[in-house]
Amino acid sequence: MQRQFFSWFHFKESFPDVASGFWLDIRMFLVAEILILSFALVLAMIRSLRGPAFFPLRAIVVTYIDIIRGIPMLLLILLLGFGVPALQLSGVPTSRIFWGVAALVISYSAYTAEVYRAGIESVHESQRMSARSIGLTQVQALRFVIVPQAIRNVIPALLNGFVSLQKDVALVFVLGVREGLREADIYNARTFNYTSYVVAAVLFLLISVPVARFTDWYTERDRRRRQAMST
Amino acid sequence: MFAAKQKWTRVLVVLGALALLAGACGGDEAEGVDPDVSCEFADLNLVTAGTLTVATGEPVFPPWMGVGDDVFDVPESKTGFEGALVYELAAKMGFADDQVTFVRTGFDEAIAPGPKDWDFNIQQYSITEAREEVVDFSQPYYTTKQALVSIGGTAVIGASSLSDLADARLGAAIGTTSFDFVEDVIEPNQDASVYDDNVDAIAALVAGQLDGIVVDLPTAYFMTAVQIPEQGADGIIVAQFEAEAQDPDNYGMLFADGNTLVSCVNAALAELEDDGRLEALEDEWLEQGGDIASISE
Repeated sequence: MQRQFFSWFHFKESFPDVASGFWLDIRMFLVAEILILSFALVLAMIRSLRGPAFFPLRAIVVTYIDIIRGIPMLLLILLLGFGVPALQLSGVPTSRIFWGVAALVISYSAYTAEVYRAGIESVHESQRMSARSIGLTQVQALRFVIVPQAIRNVIPALLNGFVSLQKDVALVFVLGVREGLREADIYNARTFNYTSYVVAAVLFLLISVPVARFTDWYTERDRRRRQAMST
Repeated sequence: MFAAKQKWTRVLVVLGALALLAGACGGDEAEGVDPDVSCEFADLNLVTAGTLTVATGEPVFPPWMGVGDDVFDVPESKTGFEGALVYELAAKMGFADDQVTFVRTGFDEAIAPGPKDWDFNIQQYSITEAREEVVDFSQPYYTTKQALVSIGGTAVIGASSLSDLADARLGAAIGTTSFDFVEDVIEPNQDASVYDDNVDAIAALVAGQLDGIVVDLPTAYFMTAVQIPEQGADGIIVAQFEAEAQDPDNYGMLFADGNTLVSCVNAALAELEDDGRLEALEDEWLEQGGDIASISE
C-alpha cells in the first residue's frame, strides 16, 4: 500500500513531469475562467431582459443553456476537439488546446449563466423599478444597478464553479494533451505505481483547498458587513 | 589441510571445464528443442496421424495469410508471411503440401486451457507470461518492429532518418511499447501526444493535430488497411524503424500445454532461421520486398 501509493522515490521521479503538465492545466484554467465569467454574464443578462421584444434573444439563450447543460463535458470535448478539425474547414483552427478550452468555456458558461441568473433574481424587484424610474434603460439598469448586487450575492457559488472547473480542465487529456493528470497516467502505465496520481492529487488540492477556505472567509466577512449595515 | 584444499581446487577446475563443455554442446541445440523428443515423421505427436492440422483465425487477412486478389481468406494459398511459413515448416518436418490442413478458431478460445483438436494455432499470438501458464508457445517467429503511420499531405511523408522527425508532431497510445519508443528513440522536440487508444490517435491524425502515429508494424497494416480508410482518409505506412524497441512483441505458434510437437516445430523453425528463409519470408511479405522504407538512424 505504502509502496504503491506513497513511495518517496516515485514521488520524486514523477513530480517534474506531472508538475509541468499541471502548469498547463493552470494556464488553460485561467484563460477559460476569464472567458466563462464574461460570456456567462452576457447570457444571464440577456435571459433577464423583459418584454416581448427580447423574446427571440431569450429563447436562444434558454435553448443554448438547456442543450449544453444536457451534454456530458467529455462528449463536448471530443466533439469539438476531434470532430470540428476533422471537417478541415479553412480558417478553422485545429489546435487541441484551443478546442479543449473552447469546450470548457461553452459548457461552463451555461452553468455559470444560471448562477448569475439566480443572483439577478435575488435582487429585490424594487431595485429594478427604481432604476427604470430614473430613466435607465433595461440594459443600463442591469449593468449599473442589478448586476453589481447580483454578483455579490453569488460569489460563493461562482467560486464553487472555480474549484470544479479547475479539476475539469484535466479532461482535455482525451485529445492527447499532456496535462498533469495525463503525465501521472503515463508514469503509472510505465511503472504500475500509483504515486504519480497522488502527486497530481496533491497539486490539485494545493489550488482547490485555498480557494475553498477563501470562499468561506469571504462569505463570513460579507455576512458580518451586511449585519453591520442593517443595525 | 593444505593438500585437501588443492584437491578441491582441482575438482572445481574439472567441474568448470565440464560445465563449459556442456554449455558448448548445448549451443548446438536450437532453443526450445527437447533432445528426448523424436521428430521422426512417424513419431510426431499429431491430432490426426500423417496430417498437420493448423488452426488460424477467421478470417485470415493480409499480410499474414491469403495475400492476393483471388485468395482472400484462403490460407491454403501458401501466401502471406504466416501462410508461407506454415508450409515451409511443414516441409522441414516431412509433410507434403497436401498433408497440411487448416481449421479455424477464435483468437481467445484458442488460449483457453484444455485439449485442442489442432496441432498448433498461428494468428499473431504475442508470447506473454500469463498465456504461457495455460498454453505452450514455439520460439518466436516474428519480433514486431515499430512503424510510422500517417495520411497524405503531412510533414513526415518521405522521412528517411530520425532527424527528419525531430519537428514532427507524433502520437501513440498510452502504455504501449510504441509510446516508449517515441520518447526514448525518436525523441522529437515536441513531446509526443498520448491517447487512450489507437482510435483516438487516428482521430487526431485525421483532424490534422498529428503528423504521424507510431505503432508496431502489424498494427500499422491494420490501421492503413482498415481503420484509417473508415475515417475517410488514406493511410500510409511512412516507414518502419530498424531500432528495436524495449520489450517488443514476440509472436509464437500456440500449442496445447505440454504438447511435445512444439520441440519439433522449434527445430524446424531454427533450421529456417539458420538458412535465412525466415528472414526472406519476412522481407517478402511483411516488408514487401523493401516497399516500406526503413529508418535506421
